[in-house]
Amino acid sequence: MLILELGRDLIFDYTVRTVALGSATLGVVSGALGSYAVLRKQSLLGDAISHAALPGVALAFLLTQEKTPLVLVIGAAIAGWVGTLLVMSIVNNTRIKEDTALGLVLSVFFGSGLVLLTFIQKMPTAKQSGLDTFLFGHAAALMERDVITMASLGGIILIVMQLLWKEFKLLCFDSSFGASLGFPMRILDVLLITLLVVAIVLGLQTVGVVLMSAMIVAPAAAARQWTDRLGAMVALSALFGAIAGVSGALISSSMVHMPTGPTIVLCISAIVVVSIAIAPNRGLVWNWIRSQRERRKLQIEVVLNDLYALASQHTDLQHSHSAAVLGTMSVSYSNVRISLKELASRGWVENVSSDGWALTPEGIVQAQQIAHRGR
Amino acid sequence: MANYSGSLAIEVEDLTVAYRETPVLWDVDLNVPTGVLMAIVGPNGAGKTTLIKVILRLVHPAAGRVSIYGQSYAAQRRLVGYVPQRGSVDWDFPISVLDVVMMGRYGALGWIRRPRSKERTLALEALEKVGMEAFAARQISQLSGGQQQRVFLARALVQDAQIYFMDEPFQGVDATTERAIVSLLQELRAAGKTLVVVHHDLQTVIDYFDWVTLLNVRRIASGPVKEVFTEKNLRLTYGGRVAFLNRNMHEHDETQTVIDRPDREGDSPNRQMRD
Repeated sequence: MLILELGRDLIFDYTVRTVALGSATLGVVSGALGSYAVLRKQSLLGDAISHAALPGVALAFLLTQEKTPLVLVIGAAIAGWVGTLLVMSIVNNTRIKEDTALGLVLSVFFGSGLVLLTFIQKMPTAKQSGLDTFLFGHAAALMERDVITMASLGGIILIVMQLLWKEFKLLCFDSSFGASLGFPMRILDVLLITLLVVAIVLGLQTVGVVLMSAMIVAPAAAARQWTDRLGAMVALSALFGAIAGVSGALISSSMVHMPTGPTIVLCISAIVVVSIAIAPNRGLVWNWIRSQRERRKLQIEVVLNDLYALASQHTDLQHSHSAAVLGTMSVSYSNVRISLKELASRGWVENVSSDGWALTPEGIVQAQQIAHRGR
Repeated sequence: MANYSGSLAIEVEDLTVAYRETPVLWDVDLNVPTGVLMAIVGPNGAGKTTLIKVILRLVHPAAGRVSIYGQSYAAQRRLVGYVPQRGSVDWDFPISVLDVVMMGRYGALGWIRRPRSKERTLALEALEKVGMEAFAARQISQLSGGQQQRVFLARALVQDAQIYFMDEPFQGVDATTERAIVSLLQELRAAGKTLVVVHHDLQTVIDYFDWVTLLNVRRIASGPVKEVFTEKNLRLTYGGRVAFLNRNMHEHDETQTVIDRPDREGDSPNRQMRD
């Protein structure tokens, strides 16, 4: 019933529809571009860009005394871009490493942004109210024209990604090979980062400065778990972003006092957790199953080997020994019994008396092979 | 196909490269004739990789000129193939073996155009040449070191170049793969290509290569292996760090040439040698 209601809101309720569409657009664009950021090990760059955007918002307001989203977003984009270029030039021209440079730019820009915002709040005019929504986002205030702006800029980003697909792939995988082919990798690098800046700035109004980097990193990290193909990863990442955007918008609209931005981030976080746990091949559950399988195989071999070693003390290699004796040679007594039963089902050992186990001729051959392999 | 034989494949004049204040290459002159299989040898930090990167314009020199068949690299880059060091990329990148090899065609494709069936066919042919066709659809993280190296080699092969630069193609490769790579390089040379290979194992220089450049920031010597791969030049290149050189291991054990350590500075006698 709840789902139906939400679905009806999605179609007929103007506010819900606008917020959901805006969040979905944001999810698609940041998810798609985030794949590149994650693959280039630039996950933190998104965080630095979004934090660096804050003084841009404040300065844009101070300079123009305007609060229209377009003006503020342009200010944010310029500041985010300057912050990124600053990171790159610090890395290129000093001995400071990238993580430190990111931390520096992030904190300096964010700090000055907060100072400017506080200053603006204290100003005698009343026009300034609402600027602080950029901190945590204010999706409910999204209007149709905001969504149209987001969708058209997002569309341009996706088209550029599509056109320069192979060039960006080259940049992310092997940029010096790309340079040897004659592609201007520096320019491609700046272009890709510019797209990232635009994508981040698009999301600031909805998700806010503080949480925006989650929309860049999380969908891509989740998508990487499921696929080994770049194309599939970008598509999945965009899909995860969209799902998180729409479900976050719907959940927050259906409950009182639920902020949209943080709810979207919680939704994408849930997708990440599930992906890390159960994705085939890379998921933790699969790894655990694989390692358990390996461990069982090893335990069985150890027991077979021990039994062979004991039997070698006798003239008859099929001399039986008790599970208790084998247990003293092994770490875990209960595992020995399980292993013996498994070996018996393979026909390598047989249960000759109540607790006595002996190798079969086939078991002797197997034990000798294992011993030979181990050497 | 144009005939490049007889002319100089690579000319390097007065090349100097510095990282901050430290010179990495100092006043290097180098002429590489067409159709040689050349090793660049020298101790760690001698500037071997940098030399290749300067020629490919990946590193900008403080001074000096490089030309490829008498013209700038930019004009001739279609004639050049490159095998970077295996460790220079992330082998967990979500990309298949075939996709990596097709990257060798990106230069010929130019902007925006995507690889199509023609590129796919060329890439599969190259993979076949390096014995990796069965791995085309694999993700690259599932490859061993030697297989990764062969994939890089295949990518250079589809570039269909006249001059190949290879940065340590034998690094982390088992003996069988090394033999396979060497015979491929020799095949390429027989087809008139010029190959420049950064190489670490002095023992195999005589077996594998016909031309050698000894480098240690300065160019110590360059020419046919028979003429310049001498005790004297090696001592000049490696200084005290060469303990001995087993030069004629492919002949008889008794004919080993032994170079004594000229001084006691070297920390480990075998540091530069694989033996």
